[in-house]
Amino acid sequence: MSTHEISLTVDGTTEDLTVESRTLLVHALRDDLGYTAPNVGCESGKCGACTVEMDGDAVKSCTILAVQADGSDVTTAAGYADDGLDPVQRAFHDEHGLQCGYCTPGMLATTHQLLDENREPTRAEIRRALKGNVCRCTGYESIVDAVETAAERLRAADADGERPTGDGPADPPEPGAED
Amino acid sequence: MFPAEFDYERAASVSEALALLDEHADADVEILAGGHSLVPAMKNRGREPDVVVDLDVPALDAVNALDDRTVVGALTTYATLVDSGAVRSTVPLVAEAASEVGDTQIRNRGTIGGNLAAAHPGADLPAAVLASDATILLRNRDGKREVGATDFFRGDGETAVERGELLTGVRVPHADDGGFAYARKTHPATGYAMVGVAAVVETGGGGGGDDGSEGVVSSARVAATGAVDRAVRLPSVEDSLVDEPLDAATIDAAASEATDDIDTGRLRSDAHASGEFRGELLETYVGRALETAADRAAGDTPTA
Repeated sequence: MSTHEISLTVDGTTEDLTVESRTLLVHALRDDLGYTAPNVGCESGKCGACTVEMDGDAVKSCTILAVQADGSDVTTAAGYADDGLDPVQRAFHDEHGLQCGYCTPGMLATTHQLLDENREPTRAEIRRALKGNVCRCTGYESIVDAVETAAERLRAADADGERPTGDGPADPPEPGAED
Repeated sequence: MFPAEFDYERAASVSEALALLDEHADADVEILAGGHSLVPAMKNRGREPDVVVDLDVPALDAVNALDDRTVVGALTTYATLVDSGAVRSTVPLVAEAASEVGDTQIRNRGTIGGNLAAAHPGADLPAAVLASDATILLRNRDGKREVGATDFFRGDGETAVERGELLTGVRVPHADDGGFAYARKTHPATGYAMVGVAAVVETGGGGGGDDGSEGVVSSARVAATGAVDRAVRLPSVEDSLVDEPLDAATIDAAASEATDDIDTGRLRSDAHASGEFRGELLETYVGRALETAADRAAGDTPTA
């Protein structure tokens, strides 16, 4: 068994760590580094709950060895939020595109890749893009609605020449935080 | 669920990979490309290699379209095959088959070389390279070796790749005028093809004439995946198309020959589909692939 020093960027932070050859990226992210947005679902590369963006591509982090991610730039669903929810997160919130939320981080990562490549996807294209992300509680109608809404808002932001941002804080303000 | 322990080696070039294969000649070695066949197999302990040689070779992630053929590097991902203008314009069947593989995330990582080397009996690309009459490019310590697609697939997970050899790419000849298609029924559990049919039909008779003739078939290559333990050509289907007009009657007659070259006892069977049902599906999907190919030959459908 070999171990390896790897370095990767996760949500904008450079991380150096030592992994076993067999360590999967999702376990390195969650267990070694504490990035818990990607979830472990089916463990067999089918459900997509562990999806993250790696160098701009949506990938299943349970089907990639951590050592293969050496030198890469990984964005988890949590990395999209800045001051507040980003437009895709906000759209999933507004359209009730989730129920238990377990699949949502993966949905967000795949949606980001889709909307980076196609700002005006049809509902069929959205469903095709999200084929590798399984939701077992809320069904897909409101998820597709959420992606459509996110696409509309991103197009509007593009037209305004604005940097797309969310339209509200990620969490309710803490009591006493104002004033 | 994670793999058993193994040693990981990264190769930055083909020669480095060959040297590592040589160095570990006595060990159980697996070659890692995109990892979307190998890593799941290692996770469920179907494979427990001593050593994994990871191919990190940018030169193998390349598409080179020439006048009469396109060479696709082994590390070219399905997503690249789907998105590449060169692949879509010169060998569109390969792009169409790649577009059917798995899902977005799998297409982002999985590679054509890994797909062919893994030789899953329900994989899509083997049918496409067979119907394209492609050649598999191998490298070993002695140099290069080429194997025609028809000689490459030997069984479930079995190929012509020998120990110490590396699959470096695929050379796909460009088809003459005509049509192509890949039609598949997705297996509901595995996501591979329950049955998939790839077809390249060349028409020498001027397709889509004013008299409604669809053109006469000058040559046809039809290949099936999912039906038996490996992807196979269907010569009886092909023979029944040649010298015939590419019309509904010809297609029906050809589809009815779908299982003629297959020992029906070899048809794959599982909880989702019996061998008998796969045989029925094969006939249906030969028909569908040929119908789409005919539409394209007549110019009715935009190419992929």
